[in-house]
Amino acid sequence: MDIQVQKVGVVSCSGEEIPEGTLCRLACRKVLDERPGETVTICLPLFIAGGEEERTFAANYPTITVDGCDKMCAAKATEMLSGKPAKTLLIPEILKRHGLAPPDKLRHFGPEEEAAVKAVAEEIAQAVDEVLEEE
Amino acid sequence: MAKTHKKVVVLPCSGIGKVYGALARETTYELVEKVRPGLATTTCLPLLVINDPEAVALVRENPVITIDGCPKDCAKKSVEAVGGNLAKTYEAIKFYKEHKDLKPEGIAEVNEIGRKLAQVAAAEVAQEIDKLAAGEET
Repeated sequence: MDIQVQKVGVVSCSGEEIPEGTLCRLACRKVLDERPGETVTICLPLFIAGGEEERTFAANYPTITVDGCDKMCAAKATEMLSGKPAKTLLIPEILKRHGLAPPDKLRHFGPEEEAAVKAVAEEIAQAVDEVLEEE
Repeated sequence: MAKTHKKVVVLPCSGIGKVYGALARETTYELVEKVRPGLATTTCLPLLVINDPEAVALVRENPVITIDGCPKDCAKKSVEAVGGNLAKTYEAIKFYKEHKDLKPEGIAEVNEIGRKLAQVAAAEVAQEIDKLAAGEET
């Protein structure tokens, strides 16, 4: 019997200019580290700078995009250059649902930002579960 | 007469799984927040990927320094793809090769030693920023 373990692609916006971008990266990294057998990622600009393998990322993996602001770069770039994401998550909406304030610094996150990282990572992990169930 | 600039854009790669991507970002933040605040500025690299008009205008109208975390050179190629004013390119590993006593670790954010290396890197990049702002060739 073949046992196939499907992996889910997690694409983070990276948002270097805004604190939510750092939050996005840290939360995505937490999920990728905690669920290495079920998740995979790609650096977003590789959709342009990479080769065929990178451009077919969303065709090879059902993909969850995580964005730090309503410009939705990760969702738009994934759909434009690779394939339609299975789910799209937005940090401000997640923080609002959890009653958490957005972070106010670009780097060196510590205990003050821990609750936000945890909440976002939990929602990403839940989305991973939902996508795996659908597959 | 050489054209002077009030802003110099520093763009790190978006590397989410590599220490030198994290070093590139830390170096950029060091420049923007501490070493050359007001002169050095940055934007989100993915905004170039989706052709955001404001981000594209920023990199076309001002000199751009890219700092990439791996040889795939995403930051450099993304600026080139939108016709940006690419003035200088770095690969972050260069700074470690020149300062082997400062080996950075960490993926999402660099460790304390990585922060020190970012300070060293930022001091070097700041010299190029000053030249570009003054309208000199780098």
